Parts: sequence; structure tokens; C-alpha cells
Amino acid sequence: MSSRDRILGRVRRALADVAAERQDDTPYEQAVPRDYLREHGERSVAETVDLLAENLADYRAVVHRCTAADLPATIAGMLAARGAKTVLVPPGLEPEWLSAADAERIPDRTESTPDELDRIDSVVTACAVAVAETGTLVLDGSADQGRRRITLVPDHHICVVRVPEQVVSSVPQALERLDPARPLTWISGPSATSDIELDRVEGVHGPRTLEVVLVD
Amino acid sequence: MSGTFVGMPAFPKAAHEAVHDQTLRGNLRHATHTIRAKRANAVAEVSDWAQLREAGKRIKDHTLRHLDRYLVQLEEAVTAAGGTVHWAADADEANRIVADLVKATGESEVVKVKSMATQEIGLNEALEAEGIRAYETDLAELIVQLGKDRPSHILVPAIHRNRAEIRDIFEREMSEWGRPAPEGLTDTPAELAEAARLHLREKFLRAKVGISGANFMVAETGTLVVVESEGNGRMCLTLPETLISVVGIEKIVPTWRDLEVFLQTLPRSSTAERMNPYTSMWTGTTDSETADGPQDFHLVLLDNGRTDTLADEVGRQALRCIRCSACLNVCPVYERAGGHAYGSVYPGPIGAILSPQLRGVASEIDASLPYASSLCGACYEVCPVAIDIPEVLVHLRERVVQGGQVTARGNKVVLKPAKGHAAERAAMRAARWAFSHPGALRTGQRLASRTRRLHPRSLPGPGKAWSDSRDLPTVPAEPFRDWWQRTQGAKDGAK
Repeated sequence: MSSRDRILGRVRRALADVAAERQDDTPYEQAVPRDYLREHGERSVAETVDLLAENLADYRAVVHRCTAADLPATIAGMLAARGAKTVLVPPGLEPEWLSAADAERIPDRTESTPDELDRIDSVVTACAVAVAETGTLVLDGSADQGRRRITLVPDHHICVVRVPEQVVSSVPQALERLDPARPLTWISGPSATSDIELDRVEGVHGPRTLEVVLVD
Repeated sequence: MSGTFVGMPAFPKAAHEAVHDQTLRGNLRHATHTIRAKRANAVAEVSDWAQLREAGKRIKDHTLRHLDRYLVQLEEAVTAAGGTVHWAADADEANRIVADLVKATGESEVVKVKSMATQEIGLNEALEAEGIRAYETDLAELIVQLGKDRPSHILVPAIHRNRAEIRDIFEREMSEWGRPAPEGLTDTPAELAEAARLHLREKFLRAKVGISGANFMVAETGTLVVVESEGNGRMCLTLPETLISVVGIEKIVPTWRDLEVFLQTLPRSSTAERMNPYTSMWTGTTDSETADGPQDFHLVLLDNGRTDTLADEVGRQALRCIRCSACLNVCPVYERAGGHAYGSVYPGPIGAILSPQLRGVASEIDASLPYASSLCGACYEVCPVAIDIPEVLVHLRERVVQGGQVTARGNKVVLKPAKGHAAERAAMRAARWAFSHPGALRTGQRLASRTRRLHPRSLPGPGKAWSDSRDLPTVPAEPFRDWWQRTQGAKDGAK
């Protein structure tokens, strides 16, 4: 007997006492109460964006806000302030966003090795959705966000969020917007650890600096 | 300290030693009290916590009651997305599958994301026996691995170590495993984290094989989810060409939407954060054009005692556990005894009910675990999936003392009462006999009253330890029934 059959057989025998319940064909959507909230509290759109900024900052992300017209200058300023000489660019990033930057633009290529990525100073990406209540950015690998590794290996990540259209209030609202078939990365602040005496320390393996630009 | 749990003394002995370790108690007290207060705040932010908790409980219960169906659905979804599914009935089989998969890649080292399932099956030791070196990449697991130590907490395996101890371990051991610790390393957490970053980065960048567990598997879509903080998880899940995930069969949720419950309750319960820094979700493999993640993905579905646990009508609720560790941080027994005393990778209240079910209660340590609790109920209060841990503890105590029918490796067997409870059982049997023979009871009580001045202050034999710290009840001068007869009997007769 294969282990698959053995395990499935054990499961079925283990549940002999709930045989009647297992016959019940109530659809799953009705089997679990969903009386929890879709979002917490009443907020205007502007308040939701403010909450996002507040929660991002609370977990040590650096938050900037600007208009679309100011975005290239804002990004250029962030890169210059850090002294970034090279910036990694996902294939579908708006070329305009980096138009004012001095740093050398390195396009991400499939064949880039992790070592090559490790030598790049900064990366700029868009995002798929941002969650205000938790201060979370979600990247789904679209062309303007690029592969998961490019927001992981370089030590400085600049992420641009279009407000208010990419901002949702809550985790349930975010999941509705996402496609599970895509590789998804949820980011809430920079890399952190609480492993030493449960003291939170920012910066272990992921980018140690996360800067978020909220663009109106 | 030995790296294995085999041959551990039973809980009372291990705990007795641990409570005399001042450093350990200090480390634990500081850590658990810090996180306890933070968790309460994080939970208070969410006004619908009770509803989320109930939904989480119901989702997990429903899944467990139809586990066969969801396992098959998950297998189909993962396979359709380009992954390969393996089934492992026990630890040996899982280890063999993983070792063979690693060997097939031609590699002799792997990077690992912290995972309870691989700890449980002793994967690192099994790989080492096959000539494969497994590098733990979570900071706390790295501290444990370098210190040739054992994990003592589900979430923070090195919680029993303070910063000075960690610095010493890094300075002494890092060079054995790769890049040595930087010169003049101090014990500030930021510097220690930096040392770990440098030490591990060279391993991440060259790794071809990654090994992980998963926090959740979505049956509907075949999606796996890993929740973490440091980014070591993202490294292991993204950079290697081959990813092998070893996951307990109870980690399934039926639908994508179910994640909305657990992504709210898990971070707040475990690290007391609104959301953990990183969550990775992947569905099978990605196409070679984008190469965004592993080209080769293997899912090893692990039973290893889980179906036996499922067969227990009271104890099966332990399989709802999402490994948040909130129960450890509130437990007065864990806080004083520490994680090692539980003799299992699952310490604390959840370990006290999970280990004796996954492994059976045949060994001394497993038979002692249901007693490693004061039954105060704090663990049940904080559990985000409402596992009634005290209920299961009492149920398992009954099993230890009385034996009875259980399922072991899929077969129904009759368990003998555990050794060491003979005196308790004899006393209970004697009591049962006396209470069902009123004449003998009356004679016995009168005899006890008349000889009360001769009674010893402490018990002889096996009861001695118990009465060392307790006063024995004094026997009244006259049995209650005689007193009643004397004072009320006449009135009753007159009516």
C-alpha cells in the first residue's frame, strides 16, 4: 500500500465518529460563520491613507508623500541621500519615475545571479496593493514590481504606492484583490528580528531600509 | 548540552533542575512578560477578535473533519501548478524522501527556513547521516545550531539565551560553520543581528536547495504560505532552484479566503505585531521565463502521528494549532521550567498535549507531560483557535492513569495504565469498594476516629513526597453519619 493510501485510510478511520457530519453536503461557504469585520472602524479615504502612512512608520519604514509630478525628484533625492550608485529596475517600471535619478540604472535580467543583485545599492518598485490597518505592502510579481528576489537582496528598497487606488483598509480586502497563482510577497516594514531577548531589531536578511512613497 | 531529546528525564525531574537555573529563569521571565503585554495590546486593536477566533476554530475543525477530501484537493492543485507531492507516514519516511530529493540535485548542502515539522522529524540529523549539511538560517535557530543546543520555544527557539550568551556562542562557533564573527563583537542585539547577516548571506547566495515548512496550505489553489520576520525565509524560498517543503497534514485551509482570518490572528498572537514583516506565498513553480522562485518544488505531506491524534475525539482539537506560541508566553509553568523540560520540539501547554498524542504516552517523559500544568486555563484564553488545552490535559491524564483504547500508527490498540500510578489506582479501587459497602465504610470510619491520635503526620511509601508539602486532613472525633444520627436522628424518627 502506498503511503498516500495509508494516510488517507487512517484519516477516514479516525473520523468514523463523525460519519454523519461527513455526509452533510452543506457548501463550505455556509459551513463557517464569517461575522468578523471586513474592516475595522469607519474612515474616509484620506484617513485610510493616513493610517497606512502611520502604520508603515510605526514598523520603521520611512514614508514620503508627494504628487505624481514630484515623484521623479523625490526618488532621485532618496537615492542621492543614500549615496546609491546603482539602482535595480524591474522591466515594467514607469521610466519617468527614475528620470531625475543620477544612479546607474541596472535592468533586472533572468540570468542575474544573487551575487550580482547583492552588489546593487537600491531597488525601486511599484506594488500591487497596500493594507492600511497593518501597514503592509503586497507585491505580486507584475512587470513594475519584478521578481521576488530583487526586493530582497539589495539593502535598500523604495516602493511606490499610488494613493488612494492601491490602498485598502484591511487584510480581507487585500486578499480579494490578489491572484493566488502569482508569487506574492507581503512586506510590513524592513526586515526585523525579535530573537534576542524578544527585543525588536530592524535589519537582518532582507533590506534594512524600506522607503515608501505615497503618490497622490 | 545534547542536541537530542531522546532519553530525556520526565518533566518533574527536568523542571526541578531548570527552576534552579537563575539565568534561565531571568531570561524567560523577561521575555515572556514583555511579549505578554505586547500581545494584549495587539489583540485589543481588533474589535472582532472573538469572532475571528471562532471563525479560525471552525475553519480548522471543518478541515480536520474532511481532511481526506482537502488533502486530495491540495495534491491536485499543487500538481497542476507544477509541484510534486510526496506522502510520508512517519519521520523516517519523510527524512528519506527529503534526503533522496537533495541527492538527486547533486548538492551536499541546503539552507533551511525555521520549521517545526522538520525539527519534529529530526531532519538535520538525518541529512547529516547522508552527508548533507543543513544550515539553519533563522537567527534563533542559528543560535541553537551553533550552540549545539536544543530549541526551547516554538517561535523564539533561543529564548533561554541572553545577549551575552549569544555573543559568546557567535564568537566561539561561527568560524566552524563559515564566516567567523566580526572582530570585537559586542552583545548589542543590532551587532549580533549584523554578524548573523554576514555569516548567512554567503550561504544564501550560493544555495541551490532550500528546505522549508509552511504555516498554511490552501487546498483550493495549491498555495503555500510562510510567515516570518527576518527575510531568511524569503531567501530560502526564492533563491534556490529546488525547494522542498515538509508540512504536517493538519496545516491545510480549504480556501484562499480563509487566510483572511489567520493572517489577522497569527501575527498578533505570536510576535504581537499587526503584521509580521514578511509573508511569502507561492503556488507550485514559476515558469522558467521569469524564474521568480524555485523551478522545482516538492511538497512532502507529513503524518507522523497526526492521524492517530485525529482519531481521539477529545484530543484531536490539538491539530487546530497554528503554532503561534501565545500559550507558552502566558503559561506559569513554562515560565519557570523552560522549554527544554518538556523533552519535545513542542514545549509549553500545546506541547504538553501535542507530544503525548503524536508520540503516544509509552515513554516516561510523554506520560508525565499531561501533568506539566496547573490547569489555570490561561493557555485556553489566549489561543487564537480556541484549543481547550486544560480539557485535553485532563483527558490525557485519564489515559495515562487508566489506559484504554487509543490509535497508534493507524491501528487501534489497548493501552496499559502507565507505571508509577499504581498507588493512586489502588487507593481509588479501595475507595470504590468502601463506598459501595456501607457497613464496612461505617466500621472503618469509627475505627479511624477512635485511633486518630495515633495517625502519622505524613504518608509513608509513595505518598511521602506528596505529604512533604501538604498537611494531611485531620480525622474528626466522630464520623459525620454518627453525629447526624446522634443529633438529628431522634427528630427524624419523631416525624
